[in-house]
Amino acid sequence: MTSQSPVLETRELTINFGGHYAVNRVSCAFHPGTLTSIVGPNGAGKTTWFNLISGQLKASAGSVLLFGEDITRLPAPARADKGLGRAFQLTNLFPNLTVLENVRLAVAARHRTGYNFWQMVSRRRDIIDHAMQYLEQVQLGKRADSLAAGLPHGDQRKLEVAMLLALEPEVFMFDEPTAGMSVDEVPVILELIAEIKRRQDKVILLVEHKMDVVRSLSDRIVVLHNGELVADGEPAEVIASPVVQEAYLGTPQQAAG
Amino acid sequence: MLNTILSGDYPRSRILSVLLVAIFICLALGPFLFSGTRAFTTLGMICIFIVVVASYDVMLGYTHIVSFAHTMFFGIGAYAVAMAIGAMGSSFSAIGLGVLAAVLAATALALLLGMLSLRVKAIFFALVTLAVAFAFMSLVNQLYTITGGEDGLRVRVPRELGPAFRLIESDLYGFSITTFLSGLFTQPWNLGEVIRESVYNVRVNGRVVMYYVCFFFSLGMFLLMLRMMNSPFGRVLQAIRENEFRAEALGYRTVYYRTATVVLAAVVTALAGVLFALFNRYVNPENTLDFELMVFILLMCVIGGMGTMYGAVVGATLFLLAENYLQDLLRVIGGLVDGVPLVSGLVGPERWLLWFGVLFVLSVYFFPKGMVGQLRVWADARRRRRETG
Repeated sequence: MTSQSPVLETRELTINFGGHYAVNRVSCAFHPGTLTSIVGPNGAGKTTWFNLISGQLKASAGSVLLFGEDITRLPAPARADKGLGRAFQLTNLFPNLTVLENVRLAVAARHRTGYNFWQMVSRRRDIIDHAMQYLEQVQLGKRADSLAAGLPHGDQRKLEVAMLLALEPEVFMFDEPTAGMSVDEVPVILELIAEIKRRQDKVILLVEHKMDVVRSLSDRIVVLHNGELVADGEPAEVIASPVVQEAYLGTPQQAAG
Repeated sequence: MLNTILSGDYPRSRILSVLLVAIFICLALGPFLFSGTRAFTTLGMICIFIVVVASYDVMLGYTHIVSFAHTMFFGIGAYAVAMAIGAMGSSFSAIGLGVLAAVLAATALALLLGMLSLRVKAIFFALVTLAVAFAFMSLVNQLYTITGGEDGLRVRVPRELGPAFRLIESDLYGFSITTFLSGLFTQPWNLGEVIRESVYNVRVNGRVVMYYVCFFFSLGMFLLMLRMMNSPFGRVLQAIRENEFRAEALGYRTVYYRTATVVLAAVVTALAGVLFALFNRYVNPENTLDFELMVFILLMCVIGGMGTMYGAVVGATLFLLAENYLQDLLRVIGGLVDGVPLVSGLVGPERWLLWFGVLFVLSVYFFPKGMVGQLRVWADARRRRRETG
């Protein structure tokens, strides 16, 4: 079975933007081998919470713990180094570099080659081959030499996922990985996520709007509403709970967060 | 072999390759292909400014750091060696001390600039560098007891680098390309005479030695920076240029990389400044620190093509040739149209700055990606046409 201590934990995590609490005292712990979906209406604070965990935003109060270590004050690169991997909701690539180079940079970050200023990039075949494998996994092998900016939207989303896979993190944070993908592309990404889950030793966080995806993949669902954690538990019971029916699924008039 | 020397980063355009080989040959055999002091000085300046512009490209083109303090670092190198020689007399140990002081001062100032202001937005960094550069220039102007103020400093180079020194006792022969070409066009029937006239004597004195020091320094520094830009480090710089936010999310501490880049560019430029002082043998605020020079460096980088390294070679060469020879060209053209109203007023040698501006606007208009960038775009288009057609 999985170990008892959580890999990742947020304690009373809070950020306020000029009085508005985008994330308000959210406490939650994540254990290895589990996939947790974070759901909630637009503006509920899901992405903001992600940003607080991976370090793009600084918390106003509360703390983030990774393997029991307080990382609340660490900048984003240090957190990535320690195993927090993030894929972004809005496509966030290196537009004028090739598709392969985008992934290679992620692999190279893990190998910590960045300060090597003498070796030619082409001499590290191992890193390039590695990058190529991740591209194949998301079925982008054929586009390796195109510029990232030239890819269609769905392929850019796949590249985003490949870059997260290439980081080989302990915590995978997917922010709507299938948004904007065509119907036949979605299963590829979902299968990749399921594959990570089968490895049993990683923490996976998934922000997703498609309820069928959430239901089929999740071990646990966390519901955010107006920056607060309002429900947390087994998928079936959370989806059935009245608070979710009201807060997330809502009636049409109340749907806007 | 060639792959290792060029770090796998080829010109990727046939025209560019030819252009680069031509520039390389002209610079390598410079004193033996072009006669006269003016050509000699221009050649040396091209060697030095290739390094200055290439190091600026590392910042601007590869990392998108806009700095206006590049001439300050150039000046630090030039003044360091000039002042060291002024204090200790002309010796190689004085030059060594100057180099050491230049490297230390440039590193310290660049570190300070980097750490203080790279965390802020790009525009603020640019403004901070501008302020620091102006402060440095007025400091040099004010401290005239040690810097010579606006009059500058004369640099007495060691005998081995001066005109009195002979590396080889007997003269060598050079072949003047310019004489040959002009002869070929004006009197092609007289080829034997033209060739005989093109041959001239080259005294291999300390000045020539100094030129080759500049040439090999330029070659070495350029290849070194080319290698660095094709290393894992260089790729991280490009990642920062493309999307700094994402580079951080991958685990790259971008502030360190940016600071390292500023320090690298500063040290390389300071070394180029040292060679400038030794080659030019005269240093003043106008020829090392002036804001106009800063703008020229920026232009050379943009005209050549940002983020390409080779752009520095093409940009510096074309720019310095235009700066030095446009007046002569205009004088020739002016002679042809002498007496034609309006036109003759437009093409006089005193109008060179006007034409210089026109050339710049045209080059930016027709080569928005710079010479190198545009040549590569054309080469790519041709390759694609050949593959599909």
